[in-house]
Amino acid sequence: MISLQGVTKRFAAITAIRDLSFTVQAGQVFGLIGPDGAGKTTTLRVTSTAMNPTAGRVTVGDIDTVRAPEAVKQLIGYMPQRFALYPDLTVVENLNFFADIFGSPRAQRAELIARLLGFARLTEFQTRLARNLSGGMQKKLALAATLMHRPRVLLLDEPTTGVDPVSRREFWDLLTEIHLQGVTIIITTPYLDEAERCTRVGLMYRGELVACDEPRTLRDGLGATVLEAQSAQALQARHAVEKSEGVLTVSTHGDVLRLLVDRAERAAALQAVWQANGITVGNVRVVRARLEDAFVLMLTRHDKT
Amino acid sequence: MNAIALSTEHISKHFDHFVAVDHVSFSVRRGEIYGLLGPNGAGKTTTIRMLLGLLTPTSGKGAVLGFDIVKQAEAIRQRVGYVSQKFSLYPDLTVAENFNFYGGVYGVSRAALAERRADIFRTIGLSGQDQERVSALAGGSRQRLALACALAHEPELLFLDEPTAGVDPISRRGLWDLLYALAARGASVLVTTHYMDEAENCHRLAFIYRGRLVAEGTPQEMKTQQMVAQVVEIDCEPLDAALTVLRAARWFDEVALYGALIHAIGQNVAEKISPARALLQSKGVAVKSAQVILPSLEDVFIARLRSVDVDDPISE
Amino acid sequence: MNSRLLSIIRKEFIHILRDPRTLAIMFIIPIVELFLLGYAVTTDIRHLNTVVFDADRTPQSRQLVEAYRASDYFAIARYAQSEDEIAVLLDSGAIRAGIIIPAGYGDNLARGAVAQVAVLIDGSDPTVASTAFAASQSVGQAQSIKIVTQRLGVDVTRLGGIEIRPRVWYNPELRSANYMVPAVIGIILQFLTTLFTALTIVREREQGTIEQLVVTPIKSWELVVGKVVPYIAIAFFDLLEVLVLGTFWFGVPIRGSIPLLLGLSVLFLLASLGMGLFVSSVARSQLEAMFLAFLTMLPSIFIGGFLFPLEAMPGWLQAISYLVPLRYLLVIIRGIMLKGVGLGAFGDQVLALLILGPFIMFGASRRFRKSLE
Repeated sequence: MISLQGVTKRFAAITAIRDLSFTVQAGQVFGLIGPDGAGKTTTLRVTSTAMNPTAGRVTVGDIDTVRAPEAVKQLIGYMPQRFALYPDLTVVENLNFFADIFGSPRAQRAELIARLLGFARLTEFQTRLARNLSGGMQKKLALAATLMHRPRVLLLDEPTTGVDPVSRREFWDLLTEIHLQGVTIIITTPYLDEAERCTRVGLMYRGELVACDEPRTLRDGLGATVLEAQSAQALQARHAVEKSEGVLTVSTHGDVLRLLVDRAERAAALQAVWQANGITVGNVRVVRARLEDAFVLMLTRHDKT
Repeated sequence: MNAIALSTEHISKHFDHFVAVDHVSFSVRRGEIYGLLGPNGAGKTTTIRMLLGLLTPTSGKGAVLGFDIVKQAEAIRQRVGYVSQKFSLYPDLTVAENFNFYGGVYGVSRAALAERRADIFRTIGLSGQDQERVSALAGGSRQRLALACALAHEPELLFLDEPTAGVDPISRRGLWDLLYALAARGASVLVTTHYMDEAENCHRLAFIYRGRLVAEGTPQEMKTQQMVAQVVEIDCEPLDAALTVLRAARWFDEVALYGALIHAIGQNVAEKISPARALLQSKGVAVKSAQVILPSLEDVFIARLRSVDVDDPISE
Repeated sequence: MNSRLLSIIRKEFIHILRDPRTLAIMFIIPIVELFLLGYAVTTDIRHLNTVVFDADRTPQSRQLVEAYRASDYFAIARYAQSEDEIAVLLDSGAIRAGIIIPAGYGDNLARGAVAQVAVLIDGSDPTVASTAFAASQSVGQAQSIKIVTQRLGVDVTRLGGIEIRPRVWYNPELRSANYMVPAVIGIILQFLTTLFTALTIVREREQGTIEQLVVTPIKSWELVVGKVVPYIAIAFFDLLEVLVLGTFWFGVPIRGSIPLLLGLSVLFLLASLGMGLFVSSVARSQLEAMFLAFLTMLPSIFIGGFLFPLEAMPGWLQAISYLVPLRYLLVIIRGIMLKGVGLGAFGDQVLALLILGPFIMFGASRRFRKSLE
């Protein structure tokens, strides 16, 4: 459905994305993750026709974004990171405006808007000014506006940033509905638990695609074991083993230590180090890897090479 | 030295007819990282603004580092650091200029500033970026700089209002490492956040919802004591189908996706595991595992907020 | 000086220097304003387009037309063929005045009777009209005296009566630049301080940095003073720029003491900075601040004695003008530059500024402090 071939985008001195190639199959939910400034937003922008690539080719539904941007625009819905609706218009006025832009026929409009309002659970707030909506509701309204012209492809740039967990859950429920209708979605997110819900994940770093696979494969193909342990002196416990053999990364989360080690058998050696240092560490166990572990490990490895 | 860095007693704030904060009492110990969790508009920011003396409480009282929040706001401001939700930096100034400015307004001498800058920038990962304009920095670096600026005067207590919104996991880890180091030196931190995995990093935390403090404790206590319902974690495929099937069955109060897993929440869930398994498999869903687990903080959080809504529905 | 204040001033200078375009604009504004006002706003009205309809066509009527032409006020372009034609030309704005000499004018004069001449004046611009009005009368009178003298054969001026000899002080050539340049100084001082004070504070609010500043030990007066000091410096630089340009280009004299001029300007700045502060406490965006700053400029321009003399205004408007600080500054600046008088001559003005300045500043500071909450 979407294909990038050798895409590069330069801004003056900065190369935002470099020789980027990947494809997204129809019906996929493709998650783009990576640190700030990795090029995620630029990738979405060149796909959305908001920007032309410096080099390379982007196609959406086999249509070239540079040659036929108007045709591509009919296919895609793009939701930028910043709230791009009008704060001084009401929910319904905003939707009406977008209906105008996309030239949706008057006759079907009322029904379409009613359906979108119902979909976004905004029906009872339709006369409220957009600026008086909560953060989560603003995101849902933006999503509804993006769906106005029934796009086949959705490009969502950090739609859940700054949104509380309850609203985040609701937003993802909406995305699941859209996904089930067969719409192809590319989404960027800083939340890796969200990335786990994508059918495919691309990890970007410094303008390049470092890894791209199903989340399960990324997580399981980590090539490392995750250990968790508990200690009241978590910080000291961490410093004691940071440089130990086989330890890839250590992080502390309250009184919980999370260690990435090359193999599970390292646990005994680690306990010995802690004992030697007089640090009590209990409940050492192997836990399921998370995408975040894969993310951190891949980027540390990438930096070393 | 007093062991309590901050405390409030039944502090409330009303705006016209809207009650933003409703009799909130809590305290933060020295050297503690305390998390305030809650949805947007729950009253977290209003609470922080009262503690900083930016808003006068409608009723109740509070003390920060032994100073009264209403009468001694000046003394408090001299000793605390604050990083607000918006990155409060000057985009046209360089990284070093921003730091020097904030240090300067706290009366830190230039010589001391140069030394601290090198020190803090090294820990926080901003070394070598002194001369870069803030407008050219990525979001994560800006957030780190905002934190660095708040540390320029070596505050005893740090207020962080959603310091990691939109920050990637690696930068977030760096930020937390710094907070732990600060806490280890005896400084206290009050942090608000949306990230539940981040909330696990706090020593203690409180849920705030609709202006009220609805639960408080260590992350462990929250998971073991605050949750009346239980959670079954189901690893299966395909997820969307499983979700639809389980929700339609109405056996659980809530069925939600949690990363690539399904969390089904309800009462007496242990008995429901095998029927659920059977049902899923009959609909063509492959179930790898299904077991009762300790709820995640997010489960607790959402369940707790739901119960508040049930006990006291919003009258609108 | 305390280090907090110094930090703010230092930071503010960095902001200004980082934005060379705005800095350039701040230095160019006074020059443009000075040239426009120095040249364009001129109260010397000459050479009005005039058409004559001479229905008489006698040597006497030609003599009258010549007298008008010689007066310099009327530029007689051509002759019209009818009264209607004059009306059409006046309507279209092609001419400002029309002279109609009726048939029989010469005859009447020859008979010793009173001859009537009509002068039509376009009154849409009252300043132009009143000048034309006065000029048409004085030319007519002079011509009338000439005719009488010829008839009587005696010189009427020798018969006694009054002769007025007006003498103009301070600005003998009545050059409008002399009047305008001092005023430009005043208006620029006010404009720069009010607008830029408001903008610089509102920008902090837009960026969200003000929230950060409020929780630091900075006191609100330090914030205000620190932010305006650089703009005061720029305002004074502009003041000197206008003085130099005014003296060497327009030849406007500076007869009094420059230090006194600068000193009393500071007094005025208290009021205009206060207005800027007030605007900043009301405006929510930089755009709003810009509009509001212009709004505060309007009374200064129109009833501050900048363009129009205060004496000509109705009483109630004059009463309001006592609240416009620029009014006092203009008296002071014009007094020092053109008259060369000292402090003693401005007792009232200094007193008024001493009351208005702190009053505006105090009110604005209170509002500003409130707006921070």
